[in-house]
Amino acid sequence: MSGWKWKSLAGVALALVVGAGVWAWSDFQAQPREPSSSGGPASVRRLTEEQYRQTIAELFGSDIKVGGRFEPDLRPENGLIADGSSEVAVTPSGFEQYDALARGIADQVVDKDHRDILVSCKPASAEAPDDPCARQFLSKTGRLLFRRPLTADELNTEVAVAHESAVKLGNFYAGLGQSLAGMLDDPDFLFRVEAVAKTPDGTGARQLDAYSKAERLSFLIWNATPDDSLLAAAERGDLDTRKGLTRQVDRLLASPRLEGGVRAFFADMLGFDSFQELQKEQNLYPKFSLQVAADAKEQTLRTIVDLLVANDGDYRDIFTTRKTFVTRSLGAIYEIPVDNATGWQPYEFPAGDPRAGLLTQLSFVALHSHAGRSSPTLRGKAVRELLLCQRVPAPPSNVDFALVDNTADPRFRTARDRLTAHRANPTCAGCHAIMDPIGLALEDFDTVGEYRTTENGAPIDSSGQLNKIPFQDAAGLGKVIHDDPSATACLVRRVYEYGVGRAPEKGEAVWLNDLNRRFAEDGYRIPQLLRRIALSDAFYRVAPASGSVPSAKTASASTSIREN
Amino acid sequence: MNLTPSRRGVLRGMLGGAAVSVALPFLDCFLNANGTALASGAPIPVRHGSWFWGLGCNAARWVPQKTGADYDITPELSAIAACKDQISILSGYNCPLDGKGNIAHQSGWQAIRSGSVRGNGSVVGPSYDTIISDAIGQDTRFRSLDMSGVGDPKSSYTYRNISVVNPSEIDPAAFYARVFGPDFRDPNAADFKADPRLMARQSVLSAIADKRQKLLSQVGAADRARLDEYFTSLRTVEQQIAMQLEKPAPNLACVPAKSPEHLDPSHELSAVLKNHDLLAEVLIMALACNQTKVFNIALTESNDTVYREGEDRSHHQMSHEEPMDEKLGYQPVTTSYVLEYMKTWARFVERLGSVKEGDRTLLDNSLVFAHSDTNFAKTHAVDGIPMMLAGKAGGKVKSGIHLPGNGDPVTRVALTIMQVAGVNISKFGVGSLETSKPLNALLT
Repeated sequence: MSGWKWKSLAGVALALVVGAGVWAWSDFQAQPREPSSSGGPASVRRLTEEQYRQTIAELFGSDIKVGGRFEPDLRPENGLIADGSSEVAVTPSGFEQYDALARGIADQVVDKDHRDILVSCKPASAEAPDDPCARQFLSKTGRLLFRRPLTADELNTEVAVAHESAVKLGNFYAGLGQSLAGMLDDPDFLFRVEAVAKTPDGTGARQLDAYSKAERLSFLIWNATPDDSLLAAAERGDLDTRKGLTRQVDRLLASPRLEGGVRAFFADMLGFDSFQELQKEQNLYPKFSLQVAADAKEQTLRTIVDLLVANDGDYRDIFTTRKTFVTRSLGAIYEIPVDNATGWQPYEFPAGDPRAGLLTQLSFVALHSHAGRSSPTLRGKAVRELLLCQRVPAPPSNVDFALVDNTADPRFRTARDRLTAHRANPTCAGCHAIMDPIGLALEDFDTVGEYRTTENGAPIDSSGQLNKIPFQDAAGLGKVIHDDPSATACLVRRVYEYGVGRAPEKGEAVWLNDLNRRFAEDGYRIPQLLRRIALSDAFYRVAPASGSVPSAKTASASTSIREN
Repeated sequence: MNLTPSRRGVLRGMLGGAAVSVALPFLDCFLNANGTALASGAPIPVRHGSWFWGLGCNAARWVPQKTGADYDITPELSAIAACKDQISILSGYNCPLDGKGNIAHQSGWQAIRSGSVRGNGSVVGPSYDTIISDAIGQDTRFRSLDMSGVGDPKSSYTYRNISVVNPSEIDPAAFYARVFGPDFRDPNAADFKADPRLMARQSVLSAIADKRQKLLSQVGAADRARLDEYFTSLRTVEQQIAMQLEKPAPNLACVPAKSPEHLDPSHELSAVLKNHDLLAEVLIMALACNQTKVFNIALTESNDTVYREGEDRSHHQMSHEEPMDEKLGYQPVTTSYVLEYMKTWARFVERLGSVKEGDRTLLDNSLVFAHSDTNFAKTHAVDGIPMMLAGKAGGKVKSGIHLPGNGDPVTRVALTIMQVAGVNISKFGVGSLETSKPLNALLT
């Protein structure tokens, strides 16, 4: 790590240290101990569609169809869907849809094709209630759905519902299905309701209770619900000991499911939810299709997983790597031969090729463009906001683009010409100076990501500079971002934000700053970053309550009392 | 809490009750002689809807010169010429922002729908339509039905707050399945038998509702409000089920056609218009079958990225980038979208007018509020946003009038509509958007 990269961060850290007075310079020097962190509020997060589907597949197998519409996820301005999950509720039509999903899933789980595998006991009669069998199924399934054991009251209620329904419907399995559907509609399933306990050190400080810790861990590393061993570890109190926590974190990181977690994080950070609405004008760009869009998203996720998980590589290299994976439909746009007619194959762009790094992949240049035209402004904004965590102000509402975007004007044939003219307007110049130099470097790629050297017959100049470092083209831009400390600081911030479901609090800045430094020491390895977060106290810390007094989850009340 | 019998306990009693089976003879006519009420004496419901389109109009070519009845048809209103008696024009109402920034493509519809604008791009709810659906939507199967022509469920302008934005139906086939699928009870079926599965579901949902207080006590204030929204939504589904357990009133106007085709989501203009028309057909069946009294249609998003086949820029891009044609005095391509949207609006209004309800029409028994998010889109102007009202609200409202606002706050419109709907509300809006003056000139 070279000192200059951290200059700005160190400045922030110092200011906060002085302000908070909680962290001494000597600690910084010695550095084995984690700087203290304020934590934030415990959160209540609605499961995302992917998490919901993942959970159903995990519990009941992938042949159980999850058909229907989900409530749309929310992406707050400059935030992640993970943050939005802490803001959304359930609308009336959304509840209706969740209920339809639940009934569809429950019907399949108890149907003749699945019941013998998924319901581990057999009722005395299929036409009548059987409470012990229902209890066995509902207890086991409920624990995995609610991510904690059901309380005795909850279980009794579920068994009673199954019993009454079995009587009414004249069928044990139909009754059991009703109970299961109810658990899938339950707020304890649809929301990750975090519960709070005191820290064991007797200071009165607050942290998540053991089951909520398990939840944060599992969703951070796998984007999936805690499995049986993790819940068992929570139940035993292992997650409240350094040794027990380490064992679980290392188990989760060693699992192949880490890949799913890393994919989910990057899909969120890179705004891949926008792929749902990605469309290109078909007459102008006939090579583009829904298949190309799906492959473009998958290409980037494969590139990332290969580099960062399979090869435990340096995060910064995603901005420069020439190694990727392609399909034949992508090959048509990248203008490269693809032997494999039906699937994926690895591909390495030759040295000196204009394509290097994430920014030159379709998932970036096509996603941040208009339907019929590339957009240096949207691309520049996306680099600033998604990859560097910098905020670009909204344009003034009375902005006039007339001069700028008239491609028919022979004076302004390229986007650079038009944007240069636009920047002559001083109210526009400030923000466009932030976005355009980055975006113009990507102008060698049109709105679907095809390489080009001219626009409207005029040659494209993709040179520019960022952080006062000049570059010649998109590959050069990638190198500058590779070396930009904002890029790695942004990644650290986003991973943490993703894990806690909210933007970091001020009182967490010192700790995050330290995490940044360690990320550099670790060679910018993602699994190691996840490990440091998962093993930290800061990740589970809950800020002192302001006004309201949340209490521990019922089922884990004993844990909380023990900790007191 | 433990002193009151649990809801589940009560329902458990109900579960033991016998299924109701009532055979009813068909009557020649289920309406009274005037067609103003069902033969049972229950009045024909008044339906309230909104119809949204993005990126406004060219006011000079849209706003009629003549005020009052029999207003003149301007170039951008030419599509409504045939049904102008059914449509009132509301021009020149303002959205004072009280010093808050004009958030492009947001401030306008926020002011119109919830009477308050948020400086940071979030929303402050509730939108007026949810106030109406809370007041009148309790006795229909759906509190409201909401849809959008563009294939994105987030294209929606009906919300309680940022946590509860009602998603739009985007696929006509899926929308049809939701309303007319297996859970639909045909009001004209000769036999009615309460479904025991529905009774079992009541019991299931009631068990969840019983958890409310305990769960709410476990979380902080903001999360408590969100979880409470969840329980409110659960309650609406419980009410749906309760309604499905009762024999619906016979209704000859309710003749569900077969399901429309599935359409892939698209922002291409002709696909969006087709999608709108198919969704509207399902909606009209749902209204005729009294499945809801409130609906919201967003033809496009406010930041309208609909594009026309063969063109490299969307409506929104065009609105900013297309030069003014000096001879014509407007942007021809941008304006062509306005004309298409007005045609689509006219088609919708005429279709509502084609459904007979006694000697009236579904349109007569409705009040539909059409509005955009800007006046002149190029500058995001929020004063003078084009607005229209279609229908007579069952006789409570005059139609076919051009009523200029002369700079009055835009909130007067939603206040009027809410009062017509029977909401007990005398003031609407915040700051300079606050008003207590309904548009009396529109009332009969």
